[in-house]
Amino acid sequence: MYTRLVDRLTDLAIAAFLWGLRLAVVAVVIVGSFLTLTSGKYQTETWADLISFGLVLGCIYALIALGYTMVYGILRMINFAHGEIFMCGAFGGYFAATALGRSGFLHAGPLNALISVALIMLVAATVSTSVALLVERIAYRPLRSAPRLVPLISAIGASFFLQYSVKGLFGPGIYAYPDVAVLKEVVPVPLLHVRWMDLLVILAAVAMMAGLYFFVMRTKIGTAIRAVSEDQSTAALMGIDVNRAIVTTFAVGAAMAGAAGALYGLKFSTINFFSGFYPGIKAFTAAVLGGIGNVPGAMLGGLFLGQVESLGPTLFLDGLEVPAPNQLKDAIAFIMLVMVLIFRPSGLLGERITRQRA
Amino acid sequence: MTAVAMASAGQRGAWTGALRIGLIGSAVALYVCLNGIVPIFHARPLIRDTISLGQTALVLTFLGAGYLATRRAPPGAAKALAAAALAGATSGVSLSVLLLVGRLAGIDVRAVFIQASPVLYEVLTLGTGEAGFWIPIAVGAIIGTAAGAMSLLPRRFAYPLLAGLLSVLIVGLFASLLRTPMLGGPLHELARLLFAAEGITRVGAVIAFAAAVLFGVFWPQAHLRRRAAELPHAQRRRLIIPLIGLSLLFFLVLPQVLGPFFAHVVAFVALYILMGFGLNITLGLAGLLDLGFVAFFAVGAYTVGLFTSLSELGLFTDSQCLALWDGFAVCPQSFWFAVPLAILLAMAFGAFLGLPILGIRGDYLAIATLGFGEIIRILAGSDLLLPWLGGPQGVINIPKPIDAPPGTPLAGATQIYYIGLVCAAVIWFVAIRLRDSRLGRAWIAIREDEDVAEALGVSLVQTKLLAYMLGAAFAGLGGAVFAGLIGSVFYTDINLFVSINVVALIIVGGMGSFPGVVVGAIFLIGLPELFREFAEYRFLFYGMALIAMMIYRPGGLLPSKIAQRELHVPDAVAPTDPGMVPVGERGA
Repeated sequence: MYTRLVDRLTDLAIAAFLWGLRLAVVAVVIVGSFLTLTSGKYQTETWADLISFGLVLGCIYALIALGYTMVYGILRMINFAHGEIFMCGAFGGYFAATALGRSGFLHAGPLNALISVALIMLVAATVSTSVALLVERIAYRPLRSAPRLVPLISAIGASFFLQYSVKGLFGPGIYAYPDVAVLKEVVPVPLLHVRWMDLLVILAAVAMMAGLYFFVMRTKIGTAIRAVSEDQSTAALMGIDVNRAIVTTFAVGAAMAGAAGALYGLKFSTINFFSGFYPGIKAFTAAVLGGIGNVPGAMLGGLFLGQVESLGPTLFLDGLEVPAPNQLKDAIAFIMLVMVLIFRPSGLLGERITRQRA
Repeated sequence: MTAVAMASAGQRGAWTGALRIGLIGSAVALYVCLNGIVPIFHARPLIRDTISLGQTALVLTFLGAGYLATRRAPPGAAKALAAAALAGATSGVSLSVLLLVGRLAGIDVRAVFIQASPVLYEVLTLGTGEAGFWIPIAVGAIIGTAAGAMSLLPRRFAYPLLAGLLSVLIVGLFASLLRTPMLGGPLHELARLLFAAEGITRVGAVIAFAAAVLFGVFWPQAHLRRRAAELPHAQRRRLIIPLIGLSLLFFLVLPQVLGPFFAHVVAFVALYILMGFGLNITLGLAGLLDLGFVAFFAVGAYTVGLFTSLSELGLFTDSQCLALWDGFAVCPQSFWFAVPLAILLAMAFGAFLGLPILGIRGDYLAIATLGFGEIIRILAGSDLLLPWLGGPQGVINIPKPIDAPPGTPLAGATQIYYIGLVCAAVIWFVAIRLRDSRLGRAWIAIREDEDVAEALGVSLVQTKLLAYMLGAAFAGLGGAVFAGLIGSVFYTDINLFVSINVVALIIVGGMGSFPGVVVGAIFLIGLPELFREFAEYRFLFYGMALIAMMIYRPGGLLPSKIAQRELHVPDAVAPTDPGMVPVGERGA
């Protein structure tokens, strides 16, 4: 009787505490936004810029998040090294871009620039896919039936191994993608203040996501992947090659991440051996936000997270007179991560994972 | 790539097997060269004027390839040797190709791989210049054959030989550690003879080899372990007590003998042992993977920093003491006052962060705690908390806990070593007592299967919260000791790598095993602190170690008794069919 009372009281205290936390966050967001908007410090153009920046960032997060969500869907495993696979793609893209830049092909008109970007993305996707397959073979496949923390720890190991391999192989310095002058020009449409590069990132991301959706929903191997995600043993009984489905999932996710790496490099110009870590964790946030295992959810989550990260510091914190709010950009993303994990671990659109296996 | 090829090829004849191993060896050798391990470690000799550490890395690769090839070779000594030679030679092929491309063809490999330097080419050709591009293949074949020959020897000969080689490697690595104390004493002539400024001399190598070979020959005949086990109980006790006393004395004297630089290193190891013991409760006993250990470390470090610092950020001055009675006063600026406070604060913080997240599932918990660590790091360095925490300037001028002038036995890092050791011993005692209590059994039950534990009446949130708060408390203590050791706290000290260090050393040592933590800390913290070359590649080795441990020894180097028992019960072996859900999955 007494212990039950204590348990009830603890539960109540926890519930109250969680509600307090929720209210505090909502209050900061509302009060901060209200104060910022009424202060009139920022013009509409500033907001438009931030939104378009957030859109570009969100597209890149969404592309990375797809890999997390698909792998989690099929193996129930957080592929912690996915951010590093993205970074490896960015490095592959960098070497392709410098080669193209040195040959002069990259700078010879808009059409050549477009072809170059496609080539760079292809190289990046190839590099990422090879790295991911290697990691899957060495670090994950032997652990497929182990308790869940075991592959996660192995993935953390793989993440550090890849980071410091890249640091050793290519050096700790910062690598800058060559500038493509054509893509830096502003698109000649009134009101819309976007550059060709931004438009390219958005279009490429949308095309790839549409392609992925078609691949997962309409092709035979896509159906196999969905079947394995649903129930591995039944899928195996139906004659589906489980191993092939899993490897394909890794390959497709890595290709998306690699292409995203090339786009990231072209848009933000500089990369180094550590540049995969934060985008990786943020993309994981996006995947959980959309409901892990849920492909359209990951896309939505990525776009949402891009907006929060881009608008958040200015919109929520500036009005509260927090000094240098942009320093806290990553903190906002991480608070978002923790909040999502606490309050909505099944995501906004719901998980596509069978309940008892989750 | 080669690994994938290896999987698909299957068992297809002995020679393809050796070739496959050779190709993997080839990839490893090329990787070791291009990521800088060979050229950078080449600067440190293992045996003076004979072999460098960088060359040793390649030799080990070839040895491994030769050994593995012999094990899978068809029966017959000649065939086994041929397989080993083939695997060794194949391992050298990639290096020869690198030499052909980079040196003879003059293609600038360095534009992509920055370590493909002339130094590397010198190492690979053994200094013979352009014509020596075939040397890696030849050396690979020779070393591969040697490995094959060694594994063909009967155990009686192979083991002493292996012991000899290992002893040369270990003595060579730790030469400076052994040399420094010897130079000061009457043994300094001997030290000159055996040790070079870095590494050992040829004489030293021969002596180390011979000593280990002799040891290897005679040790198995002594049967010490069996004879000790056969002793009557009372006699065994009489033997054990002096042994414990000796090891205690060893730990006490260690920093005094080694000198100030090594005292700093052992103090660091003691600090990580202490934190490892703390996280071992959370991770090893309760099975909560906490990647945000650094958050509580930060609380402890900043608390002690702000209380005891002599700079403007310090909260108190020297004169603010509260006299309780005659000759006894409480000074808030004292380290001894700040430490318990730091522990309490870290614990409260642990409750604050733990309450909302402990309900979520294991892998999400790891990521959420990682998020906490990062949030704390960003906040500590931000302008928002600048007036209190000093931002990028940090909290500086933190005095040592005990005021000991240089030269005295407690000077500098030595006292921190003793403090860390005492704290670690206390935590060890507390943890062992907790593990064997009702609470400890509840933790282990939760680790094994949450649903079953809950069904048996274990209150999940309370039990997990206690584990999390205890881990946080010891992390706070670790941070406090860290502040005393370094004498300053910067927000750059608060990083993910602190958490990763602690998690890695527990996993390498063995989850839930306390001697394992000590071994893990010595390997993962001590080695990189001792060797600047290792420090460069520290996290590369961590990454490899984590993966290898998970695949080959999930129980760690020194598994705990419980883990050992579980891993040896044949029924508990995880099913190999990927479709089956293993018993422990839901609880993990």
